[in-house]
Amino acid sequence: MQSLSGRSKVVVKKEMTLAERMYLPAILGGVMITLRHFFKRKTTIKYPEKKREFSAIWRGHHVLKRDEKGAERCTACGLCAVSCPAEAITMTSGERKKGEEHLYREEKYAVTYEINMLRCIFCGLCEEACPKEAIFLTDRLVSTDYGRDGFIYGKDKLVEPVDKRIDVTKRQTPAVLEFKKHKEFSHNK
Amino acid sequence: MSTFLIYKLALVLAVFGITLLVAMYSTYLERKVAAFMQDRVGPDRAGPFGILQPLADGVKMFMKEEIIPNVSNKFLFIVGPCIAMITAIMAGVVIPWGNTITIGGETYTLQIADINIGILYVFGVVSIGVYGIMIGGWASNNKYSLLGAIRASAQMISYELAMGLSIIALIMLTGTLSLREIALMQGGGVGSDWNMWNVVYQPVGFLMFIICAFAECNRMPFDLPESETELVGGYHTEYSSMKLGFYLFAEYINMFTSSALMATLYFGGFNFPFQNDLGLDPNLVTILGTVAFFLKIGFFIFFFMWVRWTLPRFRYDQLMNLGWKILIPLAIANVAITGLVKILVK
Repeated sequence: MQSLSGRSKVVVKKEMTLAERMYLPAILGGVMITLRHFFKRKTTIKYPEKKREFSAIWRGHHVLKRDEKGAERCTACGLCAVSCPAEAITMTSGERKKGEEHLYREEKYAVTYEINMLRCIFCGLCEEACPKEAIFLTDRLVSTDYGRDGFIYGKDKLVEPVDKRIDVTKRQTPAVLEFKKHKEFSHNK
Repeated sequence: MSTFLIYKLALVLAVFGITLLVAMYSTYLERKVAAFMQDRVGPDRAGPFGILQPLADGVKMFMKEEIIPNVSNKFLFIVGPCIAMITAIMAGVVIPWGNTITIGGETYTLQIADINIGILYVFGVVSIGVYGIMIGGWASNNKYSLLGAIRASAQMISYELAMGLSIIALIMLTGTLSLREIALMQGGGVGSDWNMWNVVYQPVGFLMFIICAFAECNRMPFDLPESETELVGGYHTEYSSMKLGFYLFAEYINMFTSSALMATLYFGGFNFPFQNDLGLDPNLVTILGTVAFFLKIGFFIFFFMWVRWTLPRFRYDQLMNLGWKILIPLAIANVAITGLVKILVK
């Protein structure tokens, strides 16, 4: 049959010559290959002392951003939860009381906001869906744990501290902001 | 007489210690060589470059829980690794570690016992070694262990034959079974005592010997007794703690001994080129010779590992084919040709 892809190879079972049947030349060749690797540069990165650099667009541990005054941006609209292909995000919303304006930017806010890091596939669709620029994936790692409960991250782990803001400029470039204006480009459409 | 005894006792202790030390660091070297050949760096956490790794491994081995399966034959289960270890260490007795040292008019030979059947002794002791594996595998009362043990004994018998035959040609050349005399015959130098290493006269014999040595030590192309992909762990499947350690250790000691044997028989033993022409003190020559001997051993140990991380494992029928149908006829032909050449040269 004619090959359509042109990549198939015809296998021929040919008798080995005496030199091939002695195996020693082949073994010598193999030994030389391993010797070459012996003196090659090693690819190992000695981890705790030397850390591998993350990619500029690394998607890791999420952060819930605050605005310039320190109020939470999230309004618990639930678009991130809807967009999440792994169903990792859950939240309950609440109404902002008087005197809480410095805590929450808009009248509605997320009372609880949980991401199950075991379900999360770090695709970044929540970030893309968010209309309030509230959730971002950062270059931090999700740490290990002995139990499953520890992987359900609540607001205590997700919301950035007021005094220790988390830099998301790598993910929030002008190009990304421009892209977000045109919802027709989005992957869900 | 008492100085003789003290000297021999000291030598025994030194050889024992060095053997264990070399075996210990062989495990480290094995891991390093494996890593380097796979573009990794290997153990490097315990001490600088990880040189304390063998100690850590030893401590680990001792601290592990010792499990004796309750369906096993308990006595034989314990005897197995003991035999493997004892025979492995015993083989080092006849190895000539160096020439003689003269201190205060007394001459000391750097060899524990220069018996005139040294090679036969080594062969005898090594073939007892297989009992360690066989008894251990059988006493475990586990099918994988038993299969490993059967494989080990079949392999040992097949390759011991070829090994013995490959040595016969060498013995025909040297006319002696004493390892010290064989080593002395290869003493290098320019002029009247110009002697080549035996490997020059017996290249095929050496090749067969080294192949058989791989098989005898259960090293990689021939590690069917413990082939972990087929038999879980082979004969030591049921072993844990230091008893397992003994088996693994015995393998490295065997490797050390067979490296020493190869260096002695085929690569000049404690001789190094031009040793008699440098005009050095005989004692210094002896010490340098011992260093050279250990360098040769080191190279062979490295070669063992080098091959291990290069070649895949033989299939069982291929192993038997190679042993019975190729190596033994070849060894016999080698003996015949050596005899013929000897007659013709005379």
